[in-house]
Amino acid sequence: MNEIIGYAFIVVGIAFDIFGCLGLIRLPDVYNRLQATTKCVTLGTCSILFGTIIIKGFTTTGVKAFLCIIFLILTSPVAAHALSRGAHISGVKLWERSVCDKYAEDKKQ
Amino acid sequence: MMTKSKYLRWFLGLSVISAILLFIIIYPIPSLLSWQSPFLSRCFFILMLCFALCLFRVMRGPTSADRAVAVDTLGILIVGFCAILSIPTGRDWYIDIAIAWGLQSFIGALALAKYLEGRGFDE
Repeated sequence: MNEIIGYAFIVVGIAFDIFGCLGLIRLPDVYNRLQATTKCVTLGTCSILFGTIIIKGFTTTGVKAFLCIIFLILTSPVAAHALSRGAHISGVKLWERSVCDKYAEDKKQ
Repeated sequence: MMTKSKYLRWFLGLSVISAILLFIIIYPIPSLLSWQSPFLSRCFFILMLCFALCLFRVMRGPTSADRAVAVDTLGILIVGFCAILSIPTGRDWYIDIAIAWGLQSFIGALALAKYLEGRGFDE
């Protein structure tokens, strides 16, 4: 029973991974691509690790996977924000149909 | 004319992706892991398809920020890959590799962000 629930979590995680990578291919802009991947791939990987915890139970593998989930949730948004800030400062232009750019307006003031 | 070509491109991309996924699910490449657990070997090959998509963006990103984003995504995907690899083999050091790889990927993403901002590494 534990294996079936864990495999269900792994399937959900792999589906999120595929959709994140499709967004990385498909979307037109650096910021759109970052928005797609950093949500989908982080959630997918956390779901895969959660399935590993459910399958393995309270063993060394399960505890290490729990630590890995906490580490990913802490570090992945920080890296994404740093990358988007660096891209904006280095002068990557937005898509031509983007609506607003609050960060450039703040820098002008 | 414009909308027609757009729908055609959507249809082509969806059909190619779903054909590759069906081919992986129906005929997985025979290996040692597909003898041990046939479900998880299909998961491996689908994750390898994700790696191929990320490497396509690394090769053909218009700017260097695209490449940095794709490399960061690849690092997070490899963490999940190592976690799946630890299930059928039963060895717990694969999760150690996953934690170390996630840490290195995080530090690498921060260094790439600093490079994109135009600052030196020792500021």
